[in-house]
Amino acid sequence: MDEKVLEKLKILAESAKYDVSCASSGTSRSHKSGAIGSAAGWGICHSFAEDGRCISLLKIMLTNYCMYDCAYCINRRSNDLPRATLSVTELVNLTIEFYRRNYIEGLFLSSGVVRNPDYTMERLVKAIKDLRLIHHFNGYIHMKSIPGASQELVNEAGLYADRLSVNIEIPNEASLQALAPEKDFKSVFAPMRYIQQGVLQSAEERKRFRYAPRFAPAGQSTQMIVGATADTDKDILHLSSALYQRPTMKRVYYSGFIPVNTYDNRLPALTTPPLVRENRLYQADWLLRFYQFKVDEIVNDAYPDLELDVDPKLAWALRHPEVFPVDINKADYEMLLRVPGIGVKSAKIIIVSRRYANLGSEQLKKIGVVMKKARYFITCRELPTQTVNEVSPETVRQLLTRKTGKKTDDRQLILPFID
Amino acid sequence: MIIFIYDKTFEGLLTAVFDAYSRRTFPDLLLAEGEPFPLFYDEAIQIYTDDRKAERVWKGLERKISKSSLSGLTVTWLSELPEVDMLLFRYIRKAIDAPATIEFNLGDPDILETAKIWKKVNNERLRVMQFFRFQKATDGTYFAAIAPIYNVLPLVLPYAQDRFADQQWLIYDLKREYGYYYDLKDTIEVRFKEKDSHLLTGLLSEDIMDKDEKLFQSMWKEYFKSIAIKERLNPRLHRQHMPARFWKYMPEKR
Ligand code: SF4
Repeated sequence: MDEKVLEKLKILAESAKYDVSCASSGTSRSHKSGAIGSAAGWGICHSFAEDGRCISLLKIMLTNYCMYDCAYCINRRSNDLPRATLSVTELVNLTIEFYRRNYIEGLFLSSGVVRNPDYTMERLVKAIKDLRLIHHFNGYIHMKSIPGASQELVNEAGLYADRLSVNIEIPNEASLQALAPEKDFKSVFAPMRYIQQGVLQSAEERKRFRYAPRFAPAGQSTQMIVGATADTDKDILHLSSALYQRPTMKRVYYSGFIPVNTYDNRLPALTTPPLVRENRLYQADWLLRFYQFKVDEIVNDAYPDLELDVDPKLAWALRHPEVFPVDINKADYEMLLRVPGIGVKSAKIIIVSRRYANLGSEQLKKIGVVMKKARYFITCRELPTQTVNEVSPETVRQLLTRKTGKKTDDRQLILPFID
Repeated sequence: MIIFIYDKTFEGLLTAVFDAYSRRTFPDLLLAEGEPFPLFYDEAIQIYTDDRKAERVWKGLERKISKSSLSGLTVTWLSELPEVDMLLFRYIRKAIDAPATIEFNLGDPDILETAKIWKKVNNERLRVMQFFRFQKATDGTYFAAIAPIYNVLPLVLPYAQDRFADQQWLIYDLKREYGYYYDLKDTIEVRFKEKDSHLLTGLLSEDIMDKDEKLFQSMWKEYFKSIAIKERLNPRLHRQHMPARFWKYMPEKR
């Protein structure tokens, strides 16, 4: 290890950083004797970059040489930028030494495509196989599967990685092909299917033989770029929702488009990435996964895009004043979750603590309900005065979006701890 | 006003609960030995910590509240907040007296307060797990210094023992001047009479650093710089997630 590796590390981290799926979650693996490390069931962020994003894994490319020419990617072959390739030993050393110092939870490995998808995939698999089998590394490994890789290689990767991912990037096949001529939906969805088959098959085998090998125990994830094409939030979220129907898809990540190749006029010339929109998509995604919303309730033909000035749950509530006010002391869990200002946690606390006594607004505040929002949508021990029905959805919207002078930050990223 | 005087240990507190029930006298104030008395009081009772009494109270509590709430009591205790002993005393008393579990009754101010402190201490524990950094010394030991606001080091041990089981390490609390040393077999509590500079500054001096330590620190630092996306810089969020009080011991922020 020397200064040369330091140089490579810089180049390859620069090249890897636009992939946002960083959470290291979904596997619990405690220490094995003679091995290094463990993986907690949730991802720990060991640092936060200056853009506020969680650093949990050593996110790096094995090489940033690439024979493809995807318009949205910094590493495309037509770009003239410093290129580097790590040897497997260098990668292994970096991972283990960082891990031993409590810098990281594990590794997030990806690569540009060299020669052909299988050749590239083989090298990635070799690296993580060495980490596991020769160096007994027991930390978290997320590996990005190369689009177009064969089922055999995906199957092998699943034996060593906790999570595999294949990025869709563009939510619509025609746009994908226009921007990434070497890719199509098949090259993305085929490996996704292989991963799913691998996971399900291993789960089946493990029912019968406890020691059957685990296959990507943390499932798979994917990423879509937001704002690089004309696709609406409806297009994006319908695709997400369809993906979540598949048994192994754990997370869809959204990445606000950053014009890294400004010369390419197939792409919009944004001056700042669409961060508010990105955040709204994460909130909508949250509603799909934890709040029992159907995708059509969030976006549909009448409302193809999420509103930027209110969050999607509030937007839904304002469109449906007829279901409010909700009685905090009687309503079931699903209904509590629909109330703006009540989260999963506070809904659960409400359910247990109302057994002792009827709850009033003081207690709700203490429980963590955001009364500023919730007050227009609930009744509790005190009788309601001004619910959304008395003051009208329009007024509530105005009251809740009025600039308070205090700077609010809509760029808040999602909680990295929840899978 | 009734005062109990005890040794400010958790076992002492449990003993105080035991004695209170057997005397049918409950304290209004808990004091450590040597703490000044208030101007007016009716009775001061000396509590002698007794592990058997403590254990009986604990066993009794096990029948009243869940495992998780029980551990919540010890976590809350580690906050070391001045009023926390009286708060826990009241909590335990309520738990013992009530016919059914009270642990979810967040309408009760003591239970809510305990839940809040419990959460704060847990957050600090998580932050220490996230942000402590090992530095490798010439003798192969990995050293980390921490200075948490609550006494969370004991709560971080399971994580460190599980994850760093094949390396020797010392995690040291600079504020409370104690640490835990793991020798590949056992983890033992350590205190030092004479303190080398790293036990004061939290940083290994170069003469006892492993030869590659510097290199890995600078690699991590460079990695940290490279991974941020310039178009998305957000110093507010950065600080909010990673409070500045941890930076001193983190190579990427030094
Ligand atoms: S294949 Fe991957 S690395 Fe290569 S240009 Fe496309 S997105 Fe970038």
